[in-house]
Amino acid sequence: MKTNIVKSQIGAAPARSGSRLWLWLVGVIVLIAIVPIIAILVIAIKSENNIWPHLVSTVLPRAAFDTALLLTGVGLLTLITGTSTAWLVTMYRFPGSRIFSWALLLPLAMPTYIMAYCYVELLDFSGPVQAALRELTGWRTSRDYWFPEIRSTGGAVFVIASVLYPYVYLTARSAFLAQSVCVLDVSRTLGAGPWSSFRHVAIPLARPALVAGVTIALMETLNDIGAVEFFGVRTLTVTIYTTWLGRGSLSGAAQLACVLLVIIMVLLWLERWSRRNQRFHHTSGKYHDLPARQLGRWPALAASLFCAAPIMAGFFVPASLLGVYAYARIGTPDSGSFLGLAGNSLLLSMSAAVAAILAGLVLVYARRLVSWRPLHALTRLASIGYAVPGTVLAIGVLIPLAALDNLIDGWMTSFFGISTGLILSGTIFALVLTYTIRFLAISHGAIEAGLGKVSPNLSLAARTLGRSAGSTLREIDLPMIRPALVTAALLVFVDSMKELPATLLLRPFNFETLATRVYTYASIERFEDAALPALTIVAVGLVPVIILSATIRLAFRKDRIQPTSTAPTLSAHH
Amino acid sequence: MSDKAIEGQPFVRFDKVQKSYDGEILVVKNLNLDIPQGEFVTMLGPSGSGKTTCLMMLAGFEPATHGEIFLGGQPINNVPPHKRGIGMVFQNYALFPHMSVGENLAFPLEVRGMSKDECATKVQRALDMVELGAFSNRMPAQLSGGQQQRVAVARALVFEPELILMDEPLGALDKQLREQMQYEIKHIHENLGVTVVYVTHDQSEALTMSDRIAVFNDGVVQQLSSPSDLYERPDNSFVAQFIGENNRFDGKVTSVSRGNCKVKLDSGETVEAAAINVGGKGERTTLSLRPERIEINPKSKAGRNVIKGKIEEAIYLGDHIRTRMTAGGSSDFIVKVPNTAGHTPLEEGKTVNIAWLTEDCRALDPIV
Repeated sequence: MKTNIVKSQIGAAPARSGSRLWLWLVGVIVLIAIVPIIAILVIAIKSENNIWPHLVSTVLPRAAFDTALLLTGVGLLTLITGTSTAWLVTMYRFPGSRIFSWALLLPLAMPTYIMAYCYVELLDFSGPVQAALRELTGWRTSRDYWFPEIRSTGGAVFVIASVLYPYVYLTARSAFLAQSVCVLDVSRTLGAGPWSSFRHVAIPLARPALVAGVTIALMETLNDIGAVEFFGVRTLTVTIYTTWLGRGSLSGAAQLACVLLVIIMVLLWLERWSRRNQRFHHTSGKYHDLPARQLGRWPALAASLFCAAPIMAGFFVPASLLGVYAYARIGTPDSGSFLGLAGNSLLLSMSAAVAAILAGLVLVYARRLVSWRPLHALTRLASIGYAVPGTVLAIGVLIPLAALDNLIDGWMTSFFGISTGLILSGTIFALVLTYTIRFLAISHGAIEAGLGKVSPNLSLAARTLGRSAGSTLREIDLPMIRPALVTAALLVFVDSMKELPATLLLRPFNFETLATRVYTYASIERFEDAALPALTIVAVGLVPVIILSATIRLAFRKDRIQPTSTAPTLSAHH
Repeated sequence: MSDKAIEGQPFVRFDKVQKSYDGEILVVKNLNLDIPQGEFVTMLGPSGSGKTTCLMMLAGFEPATHGEIFLGGQPINNVPPHKRGIGMVFQNYALFPHMSVGENLAFPLEVRGMSKDECATKVQRALDMVELGAFSNRMPAQLSGGQQQRVAVARALVFEPELILMDEPLGALDKQLREQMQYEIKHIHENLGVTVVYVTHDQSEALTMSDRIAVFNDGVVQQLSSPSDLYERPDNSFVAQFIGENNRFDGKVTSVSRGNCKVKLDSGETVEAAAINVGGKGERTTLSLRPERIEINPKSKAGRNVIKGKIEEAIYLGDHIRTRMTAGGSSDFIVKVPNTAGHTPLEEGKTVNIAWLTEDCRALDPIV
C-alpha cells in the first residue's frame, strides 16, 4: 500500500468565502449571548469598593439559606407529584386517566408570580377562605385560631411546585413510556409485582429523566422573583434585585449573581452527571401502547383524586379566581388601558420571537453547511441564556449596553452635535435583546428538531442544481421546516410575554407590559385590577401546553418517534 | 468550464488530494485519479474507505485538505458547488417533496435564466428519457421507489451537465429493480456520452456498469482497472479478496525467476505462481486463485501445479457444483466444478488431485 501521509501538512479545512460568512454570523450570535455573563464576571471581579466581605457577613447567609430551603422543597414536591402522576396515568386506567394525561400539563400556563398573587388573595386573612371559616366558627381575629401562613417559605414551595411539577411529569412520562416495552414486561415475567417493578426497574431507569425534569423546575425556581418577593422569601434572586435597585450597588449585585451562576452550574452538572449512561437505556426501538391495568373502584377513585389535586391547585383554582375578578372588572374605566398593555406585550414578544428565530436559524443552518468540529460546541454555547435567571441576565445586558450607549452618544455629540442618550439600554431594544438571549435555546432546539427531519441530501441536491447556500435555505429548507418555525416562534412569544424579572429591570421609563402591570397592582394590594392582564397571560400560556400535548400524542401515535426526543426539545430549555 | 476541456487532458483530475476532517486522521490519503471525458468510473470500496468523501470533494461539499481537483483542466477547489455545473444523484433520491416532478426538474433550469417554453421542452425531454413523460404533475410522494429514482436521474441530467455524480443511487431499491436500473443508467450514459463518477459498495453493480473501477480501501485507491482486469489480474491481496470469490494460500517465496516464483506453502507443498506483488526470496506472500480456474483430477499435468485435496462438501447449484475442500492448509478451499457431461464424481471425504495453471495463481502481498 502506497500511503504517503505528511502529517505536519494536515490542518483545518480551509473554508470557502460562503461558509466564512455563516461562521461570522454564528460568531456574532455567540458573542452577544455570552457577553452578559462575561460582563457580570468582570464587574464582580473589578469592583473598586470591595463589598464582598460585607455581603458575606450580611445578606448572603440568609439568601443562601432561603434559596437552599426553597430549592429543596420545590425539588422534592415536584419530584413526588410529577413522578407519581406520570406513573399512574402511564400504567393504569381509571376514570379520567386519558384526560389527566394532558390536563396535568395545564399548570405550565400559570406563571409563578400570578399563582402567588392568587393564593394570597384566597388564603390571606381577608381572603374568602378564612372569612368563610370565621363565618362558620364565630372566630374573629387571627389570635382565635391557627391558619397556615401562605406568605412563607412553605407557601412559596407549595405555589411554585404546583406550577413546575409538569416538567418532571413530562420527562418522567416519556421515560416510563420508553422503557415499558423492553424492561417492564420482562420484570413482570420474572415475578416482580407492580410496586417492586416501579421501585427496582422503572425508577432507576427513569432517573436521568427525573433529574432532568427536576433540574428544569429548579432553574425556573431560581428565575422566579415575583412569587418569592411577594411571599417575603429572600432568595438569592431577590437579594440581587434589591442589592441593585434598593442599595444601588451594581458590583454587589454582580457578585451575588456569580454565586447564583455557580449554583446553576452545579445543577447543570448534576443533570449531566445523571445522564452519563443514558445511552444504555433504550434497548428497543419499538413502542406500543402499554397494556395498562384497569384499577378497581376504590383505587380508581383514589387515583383520580390524586391526579386531579395538582391540576386543581396549579390551574383551575387560580384560573377561576382570575376569571371571576376579570369578569367583575370588565367595562370599568381601567380596562381601557388593557389594550395599550397588550399592545406593548405583543410588540415586545413578537420582536423577540422574530429575532430568536433568525438567530436560531443561523445557528442550526451553519452547522449543516460547515463541517467544522468546534461549531457544535459554539452553537451550544449560544444557548447559555436559558440557564441564566432573568434578573442576572438583565444586569449582564445592561452593563455593556450602557457602555455602548455612552460610546455612541459621545460620537454623535462630537461629530453631529446630537445627543442620542440611552438609545439602546433605555429603550425596548434592551428588553428584546434580553428575551432573545434568554429564549434562543427554545427556538434553536425547535428548529434543530425540525431541520433534523429534512434529509441533508435535499440541500446538497439544490446546491448541485445551481443554488447558493442562501437560496437553498429559502427555496428548499425553509418551506419544509415551516411548522417547526411556527412552533419555535410561538414558544418564544409566550415565554417572552410571561417574563417578569428582566422586564421589571429593563423596561423603559413609564413603559408597562401585561406582566409588569400585574406585578405593580399586586404589590399595591390591588390585585383585582390585575385580573384581566393576568388572565390574558394565562390564556396565551395555554398555547404551548396545547402544542406540547399534541406533539406528544403525535410522537406516540403516528410517527413512533423515540418518545424522549419530543419532551426535551420543548421543555428542556424553559 | 467543462467546454474548455483541453485535448489530451483528463476531464476530471485528482492531484495528490488528501482529506482530513479533524486535522489528524486522513480519510483520503494522496489520491491521484484521472478520468477522461465520457468515461463511467466507479469508486468501489467498503464503508469508511473514503470513496464518498472523494465524491463530496468533487461535488464541492467538502474542501480538500491538500492537493487540487481539476475539472476540464481548471482547478475547482475554490468554486462553490452551485457554480460547478455537476449533476448529482443521491441515495434516497433527494427529490424536493414540496414540488411536483415537473417543478423538481425545472429547478436547475430556472437559475440558468431559461425561457418558460425552453424550460418546459427540456423537462419533457428529460422525463421522456426515463419513460415518465406523463408524470410531470405528480408529487414525489405519489411515485414508487423506482419512479422516484428515475426522476432523480432526470433531474441531474436535465440541465445537460457533462459530469454526473452518483452516490449509491440504487441502494434503496429491491434487487430486481436495482438490476433493471443498472442497465438503464448504463444505457443513458452510452447514449448521452456524459462522464459518470459512481459510488457504490456493491461489487456486482460496479462490474456491471463501469468502464473502469477504482477500488478504495483505507483512504487509498488500491487499483484502478477495467472490471475484467480487476477480477482476473488483481494487483494486491485486498483487491483479490474484495472482488469476487478468492482462494488464498499463505507461504514463503523460495525463488523468483522470469516473472514466476516458487512458494513453499505453510502446509508444506511447494507451488509455482505468477510473481505480481512479492518481495525477494525468503519474504512471505499470499497466493490468490479463483475457484473456477481449478481442475479436479486433470488429464495432463503440463504447466500445472498439482496438490492433494480432500472433498468436504459438494453443493449442487445447477450450472456448477460448489465444492469445499481441505487443501494447501485451508479447510475453506472452494472449487467451482462446471456441470459438464462426464465431470469427475465428487464424493465427500475422498482425496483427489487438484490442479491449476501457474499464470492463474498470483503471488501478492502477504496478509498478516
